Amino acid sequence: MAFLELENLSKAFGTYKAVDGLTLSVEKGEFVSLLGPSGCGKTTTLQMIAGFVEPSGGAIRLGGKDLLAVKPAKRGLGIVFQSYALFPHMTVAENVGFGLEMQGVAAAERMTRVGETLELVGLGAFTARFPRQLSGGQQQRVALARALVIRPQILLLDEPLSNLDAKLREGMQIELRQIQRTVGTTTILVTHDQAEAMALSDRIVVMNQGRAEQIAPPHEAYEKPATAFVANFLGKTNLVNGASVRPERIAFAASGLAGTVRTRIFQGNHWLYQVDTASGLVTVIRQNSGDAMPAEGDTVHLAWGAAS
Amino acid sequence: MRTTPYLMSLPALALFAGVVVVPLAMTVLLSFHDWGQYKGIEPVFILKNWHEVLSDSYFHEMFGRTFRIAFCVTLLAALLGAPEAYILNRMKSPWRGLFLLVILGPLLISVVARTLGWALLFGGSSGLVNKALINLGLASSPLPFMFTETGVIVALTHVLMPYMVLAVWASLQRLDPQIENAAIALGAGPFTVLRRIVLPQVMPGILSGAVIVFALAASAFATPAIIGGRRLKVASTLAYDEFLNTLNWPLGAAVAVLLLVALVAIVWGTNRLVERRYAQVFA
Repeated sequence: MAFLELENLSKAFGTYKAVDGLTLSVEKGEFVSLLGPSGCGKTTTLQMIAGFVEPSGGAIRLGGKDLLAVKPAKRGLGIVFQSYALFPHMTVAENVGFGLEMQGVAAAERMTRVGETLELVGLGAFTARFPRQLSGGQQQRVALARALVIRPQILLLDEPLSNLDAKLREGMQIELRQIQRTVGTTTILVTHDQAEAMALSDRIVVMNQGRAEQIAPPHEAYEKPATAFVANFLGKTNLVNGASVRPERIAFAASGLAGTVRTRIFQGNHWLYQVDTASGLVTVIRQNSGDAMPAEGDTVHLAWGAAS
Repeated sequence: MRTTPYLMSLPALALFAGVVVVPLAMTVLLSFHDWGQYKGIEPVFILKNWHEVLSDSYFHEMFGRTFRIAFCVTLLAALLGAPEAYILNRMKSPWRGLFLLVILGPLLISVVARTLGWALLFGGSSGLVNKALINLGLASSPLPFMFTETGVIVALTHVLMPYMVLAVWASLQRLDPQIENAAIALGAGPFTVLRRIVLPQVMPGILSGAVIVFALAASAFATPAIIGGRRLKVASTLAYDEFLNTLNWPLGAAVAVLLLVALVAIVWGTNRLVERRYAQVFA
């Protein structure tokens, strides 16, 4: 039996179905992402697991036990909120220690565990600071430490990196994955960023209009999208004669589908082309290898492998 | 043009000087003049009035009562207003607007009208509530309300409550909507969430509301004048009496200036304390 099971989970707000019959099994230690556009039901799903939203139907089981019968305060889950929701009137150490205090952990042990967890997220020197004296990235780490220190059964991450700038986000992704591997906590991440979901997860749940379109490892979801929605949401895709072809799989060749370059955009590590062909507009991405590339208005031939 | 901004604010400055600074300065000056029953006001510089105000136990009692009432009103307004604002903040959309109107609505009605309402309900044996209580056999004589400190405190609390609710409401609006959930997820019960998470964060709001309510309560005139009357004087009604009944303007001026100075000192001190206490915690 899986560690965390969502069975036919639903939530309706009036006539609007936010989550519509979601079934998902998560293994112990697994990192699963709920990925989808805003309004797809991913956050509602997370809040139902956390206990802040009551499902209108279905079941949630954790370790074989009915989780819906447990009060939110007794579920023992670690949650990192999008806004971090740090307690502004408490120091970093008090923030992180709050959950342990609620569990009745003695002060001495509390100090040790808070110290260890802050070391884990690289904030060992910031215990006496207040949240507003920290940068966004540091606040994010405090929120993570606060969730991890109680040794939660599950770690729930609600768009935890969306308030960070692009560069910091990439660094935090790597770090978040390392930390999760170190502590081995089962983790559910909610995100609208497909790159983030693919970088972090063992499996991705691509959600649309309250339903799971595909549940698969990132590579599989990208290479073999189950639906057109998944193909479109996980990166760019071309529909050529009914087949879905990723832009980076198309090469300029001596023969193949003929077309004219309409636009050419340089993006540093790669070139982005839009080519007018008999089968419509095709997007092509080519690595920037330093070689000369076709210019706008040039006639080109497009070829791609049968595998894609 | 460097002078343009100054020239443009000249009308406002002139108005401010004309209606606030000059009368205030004149009042301060007036408090140092002499006065006699038959000679009237004499424009000399003496400390007689100040000596009287600061040494006579009659004035001590008056100022003691004024600040005692203001303190009780502030405490009551905080104890009732803060929970009121919290409940209001948790209400769903149509009700919230409606009850906000119910709470703030009284601000649109004159203080005199609101206070007279209390007098009609509790004024002696003809007051509606008193009549009902006596007829129901719940009380043998009218509740002592008029001309009592309790009466003034109750009526003033009612009049000033909206200011406290507004101040606390403003700080509740700045609360992260997820912060209570964050505490609950960490195992905190509802009471712990309120005491450890919500209350400390709205404390600056409660304190700034308290400063407003205290200042307004200590300088209130209409409510103590109607409920307290001539029998239960506070600093503002005392100053009024000195000016308009005894016609001892200099003494009245000394009372008024002392009230002003005491209030400014208390408000300024509290503000400094609040700012220093919360500077590093809140932006």
